[in-house]
Amino acid sequence: MALIGCHYCDGVVEEPRVPDGGSAVCVRCGRRLFRRSQQTVEVTLALTVSAAILLVVANAYPFLSFEMQGLRSQTTLASGVVALWEQGQYIVSALVFLTTMLAPASQIILLLYVLAPIYFDLPRPGAALAFRWVQRFQPWSMMEVFLIGIFVALVKLADMADIMPGLALWAFVLLIPSLAGALAFLDAESVWRKIEGSR
Amino acid sequence: MTADSSAFGVSYIQCQVCSLVMTISDQVRDSRLECSRCGAFVHRRKPNSLVRTWAFLLAAVIFYIPANLYPIMQVTTFGYRQSDTILSGVRYFILDGMWPLALIVFVASVVVPVVKIGLLSTLVVSVQRQSQWSPRDRVRLYRLVEVVGRWSLVDIYVVTILIALVHLGSLAMIEVEQGALFFGAVVVSTLLAAQSFDPRLIWDQIEDDHE
Repeated sequence: MALIGCHYCDGVVEEPRVPDGGSAVCVRCGRRLFRRSQQTVEVTLALTVSAAILLVVANAYPFLSFEMQGLRSQTTLASGVVALWEQGQYIVSALVFLTTMLAPASQIILLLYVLAPIYFDLPRPGAALAFRWVQRFQPWSMMEVFLIGIFVALVKLADMADIMPGLALWAFVLLIPSLAGALAFLDAESVWRKIEGSR
Repeated sequence: MTADSSAFGVSYIQCQVCSLVMTISDQVRDSRLECSRCGAFVHRRKPNSLVRTWAFLLAAVIFYIPANLYPIMQVTTFGYRQSDTILSGVRYFILDGMWPLALIVFVASVVVPVVKIGLLSTLVVSVQRQSQWSPRDRVRLYRLVEVVGRWSLVDIYVVTILIALVHLGSLAMIEVEQGALFFGAVVVSTLLAAQSFDPRLIWDQIEDDHE
């Protein structure tokens, strides 16, 4: 039996038997240790592929357009980052880029890189490093917060101008649950064992 | 079920990245170790956890002042120019009767950073004073800090979207101002403070597991 440790209290227990879809909880501090998912590779991979497609759409198409007194401006997802940069706020620009674009995109690409070879039973060089970075990007991936920001901004502008959501906005709205679902179904322990087993 | 972490001159060490539990002998306890599964550096506790948490918290408190005093954006409509701080933005929402939005921005931008700094300071002090106060509750508070902290970036995103959309010359123009930088610094400092704190320290002074 393998040992399982808790990140929050350092308690160590022998890995309990957990039915598919169930979770193990730390006896000491009550935090969740892991969620067992037999189909983790298949489900996470499927959701990650859909997230990847939505990511492309969210970046390629117009995000919002804004019309006032006959004048019109259109934005893409990257426009805000570019505008911050042009107005000299390089650090804020970098922060927004990291949290709304780089971190989520990296998580999606790295998850595909790790899971696709496992699913198709191909060699997977560098999988351990890639999977480590999926976790490292986690606290910096804030698309859902950005979405709330969009809504606040839209309401703020609503009585001043006409705003039309673009295709990219809808893709972005769907992208958030896709990536969140992919990560929720991710049984990291099983994936680590598959990565380890291939070496 | 809980294993004694220092039995028989052997201790368990857990990788914080991939969760692998390894057994190590006491001789190598404090040396630099790498996880055999994922290759990340493994520490029994996050290095200099308390000092680093204090440093980031102090930085956050300092940045919090200019973040609220300086305007975060400047709105120009029909030649009329107006600067907005975070709080004046909230006031604008209230005057317009948009209570839910005022509440979202106020909670995310003003309340969350303060609560986060307060809770983390309390946790660090409790560890330093070797408090016996329910460790389960303290871990729960730490989880709360982790979950809630990210939402304070909302106002930065609002400004980002506004300046991207509204650039119609003298008719309507929104520009970012210096307050946004300080506010971003507050959020990043509190995120780094939360990441530096090691919740396992809470348990190190607890003698018995049975509460």
